Amino acid sequence: METLLDYGTLRVLWWGLLGVLLIGFAVTDGYDLGTAILLPVVSRTDLERRVVLNSIGPVWDGNQVWLILGAGAIFAAFPPIYAVAFSGFYIAMLMVLASLILRPVGFDFRNKIDNAAWRRVWDCALFIGGFVPAVVFGVAFGNLLQGVPFTFDEDLRVSYQGGFLDLLNPFAVTTGLLSAAMLTAHGAGWLIVKTDGVIQHRARRALLIAALLAILLFAVTGYWTWTGVQGYQFLSVPVVDGPSNPMLKEVGRSAGVWFANFARNPWMMAAPVMAFAGMGLAILFNAARRDLPVLLASGIGVAGVVATAGLGMFPFLMPSSLDPRASLTAWDATSSHTTLFLMLVAGCIFLPVILAYTAFVLRVLRGKVTGDYIENNSHTLY
Amino acid sequence: MTGADIVDLSRLQFALTAMYHFLFVPLTLGMSLLLAIMETVYVMTGREIWRDMVRFWGKLFGINFAMGVATGITMEFQFGTNWSYYSHYVGDIFGVPLAIEGMMAFFLESTFVGLFFFGWNRLSRLGHLIVTWLVAIGSNLSALWILVANGWMQYPAGAHFNFETMRMELDSFSSVLFNPVAQAKFVHTVSAGYVTGAMFVLAISSWYLLKGRHIEFARRSFIVAASFGLASCLSVVVLGDESGYTVSEHQKMKLAAIEAMWETEPAPASFTAVGLPDVAARTTHYAVKIPWLMGLIGTRSVDRVIPGIEELVERARHRIEDGLIAYRGLVRLRQDRTDTEARKMLEEHQGDLGYALLLKRHIADPLQATEADIAKAADDTIPNVGALFWSFRAMAGLGFFFVLLFGLSFWFASRRQFDRRWLLRIAVLSLPLPWIAAEMGWFVAEHGRQPWTIDGVLPTFLSASDLAPSQLLFSLAGFVLFYSVLAIIDVTLMTKYARLGPVRSLGIDHEAGAAGGAK
Repeated sequence: METLLDYGTLRVLWWGLLGVLLIGFAVTDGYDLGTAILLPVVSRTDLERRVVLNSIGPVWDGNQVWLILGAGAIFAAFPPIYAVAFSGFYIAMLMVLASLILRPVGFDFRNKIDNAAWRRVWDCALFIGGFVPAVVFGVAFGNLLQGVPFTFDEDLRVSYQGGFLDLLNPFAVTTGLLSAAMLTAHGAGWLIVKTDGVIQHRARRALLIAALLAILLFAVTGYWTWTGVQGYQFLSVPVVDGPSNPMLKEVGRSAGVWFANFARNPWMMAAPVMAFAGMGLAILFNAARRDLPVLLASGIGVAGVVATAGLGMFPFLMPSSLDPRASLTAWDATSSHTTLFLMLVAGCIFLPVILAYTAFVLRVLRGKVTGDYIENNSHTLY
Repeated sequence: MTGADIVDLSRLQFALTAMYHFLFVPLTLGMSLLLAIMETVYVMTGREIWRDMVRFWGKLFGINFAMGVATGITMEFQFGTNWSYYSHYVGDIFGVPLAIEGMMAFFLESTFVGLFFFGWNRLSRLGHLIVTWLVAIGSNLSALWILVANGWMQYPAGAHFNFETMRMELDSFSSVLFNPVAQAKFVHTVSAGYVTGAMFVLAISSWYLLKGRHIEFARRSFIVAASFGLASCLSVVVLGDESGYTVSEHQKMKLAAIEAMWETEPAPASFTAVGLPDVAARTTHYAVKIPWLMGLIGTRSVDRVIPGIEELVERARHRIEDGLIAYRGLVRLRQDRTDTEARKMLEEHQGDLGYALLLKRHIADPLQATEADIAKAADDTIPNVGALFWSFRAMAGLGFFFVLLFGLSFWFASRRQFDRRWLLRIAVLSLPLPWIAAEMGWFVAEHGRQPWTIDGVLPTFLSASDLAPSQLLFSLAGFVLFYSVLAIIDVTLMTKYARLGPVRSLGIDHEAGAAGGAK
């Protein structure tokens, strides 16, 4: 099909759009995952718990669609990645799935029965629903940076060697903790904006600790990637508009390669700078009691961390440690030219609309959630 | 090659999770629209009771909605986790409607459902009404895109096979979107959802009327449910016929299996109302036939023939032989991608390539297949005739029952006769029936597609991921356990709030006088 954009350009655009979707998920759903992680830390009584849950009550569902959409976009625009990542990380994906199932039912069911034990069970479920995905997504990124053991046969049927426990290696656990720390900091930023009194006070302390931890773990991960993780690079000349068949190239591994993109394109350094500066500024604004800037800064920090990983690996998306040439890259793991163009058009139409009505909903619901508000609307709120 | 046990377990897991998900979807589809209708009445009349109706039914809707969202994520994930070769092979086409569903529909529905519940005091009446309509529109658009994706599995138009990427690729998005099977299925499925929502409101309102509780509230709800339900179930039956017509055009084997029609009959074929299909003997015992009816429904003519199962197996055998030419071309192209003769073989016969893949179930290299292998593979194209025959009849029978029930309810409601206790009792007892009909409908549609995931293109046994049996047993056991607990909680909460009724669950009291028996 004739389209306005050539195949290679479309592939780069889609790589970028995938990044936008992942960052959209990390920044929006990130604060409500973080809020759920903080549930046992910042709230003690049932009323406090309800304040925390209702601060994200109206928005978590819409935010979670970023993840659903991210998965759908991978299915449509990067089918080989959808096939390999979801089946390869089978148990991890099911853990994420179970956690994500706990969230809608947890939010809706918790307040439907007035019983302390019942509510404790759902508090616990909602904490798991926030913590497990936050860690697993970080662990997944840690494994992508190291490469994952898979290859293809001549029918391009994937075979994946390796089990769930292999995913939990020390490096990946560190990236998992980084992910949990940054989303917790971001969740604390949200609570600082949306609550007051004792909950806000506890959230301020949580932000300081989580943001410092995120900065530390980001630095550790970076150093570890530099010294201890072998990156992947093309040995053959990349064919940017060839067929989406990953088996047609040569790939090698060596240490420090994941930093090569930053050396070649200094503008990419903006991403790690955003990561450090965002988290650092969140701490400073928090100390200065400038609440909304705290949330914006933590959001920038989260975006910076995700962007750093994506930019460092470009054009690799899912390297194979078992058979490096099977690695999935932006050049050979996409949909057809026609589909990429069609999906780009759809994205250009719908993403601005989504952003517009998300902003509208947040505006309608602006203002703090307080205990009085919960008690006066007890039958309609979570 | 994926083991047969893995394929069976993957199918079982997908079937269980899909059918479980579809317990919640039809109610969301129907209720979201009913809520929008009730709130429209509220905004137009300004009467508080209509707002309370929206809020009370909205509470039950919320419980159901949470379960629908929760179990829907499973469906999207499972294509990747359990059907990875499927995802690779058709993601280029199948992923498109799924992704657009997320962007266009699911985002809309999920973002505004928060405002629906939390925005009562923050929006104007009209503002909130618009939000409610957006939720309803979002749910229905969501169904549209999912059924566009599903319709393509039934009738894969607008795509071709690319040997360099070993997958199907999109040619024409409009063929996928305006796929006749998808269009017929969409209207049939959403109408079935409306019937489910209407039955839910009708049954619970009837129960209040029987108990003498919340009379004013229940009467109004009953009227809305009866009229909306009548229109919806008429649409289900009429559009079900449309669906039957498109099946006969595009999925002849499914139609023949539903009718247990072994031999091709001279046109117009008779319709077997009941009978006992015998798969081993390939005949239907004790068949009660209605002359002409099948030919009229299936072809809308008196002279076009509907092929029987035997004839379709014979056609499948030819298509396998034809597909082997394409397969031979594919194998040669792998050795030398410039082989123009091989490319021609593949291009001219690629429509039957999927049939050659059927052989892989019996022999690793299809090119070595014997006549016996080909005959076995052709027999594989017969779905489970007995199961399809009966589930179709259960679904269609229930459809006609709904027309009768909603017709009577509408008749009495429009004459303000809410005292027909026999009718109210039947309405209460009929509560589970739309779910049974909907599950049967999906069973017919999806089991009838076997042995294919994509009709004629990709066999089911090739589509599954190469997982270890232990992984699948773990996930299957997990789903059964987790979903059972959730089902118990869901039913408990629904019953609790239905029993509490609008007055106590909303903490309102101005209706108490009118409601009489309310405590």
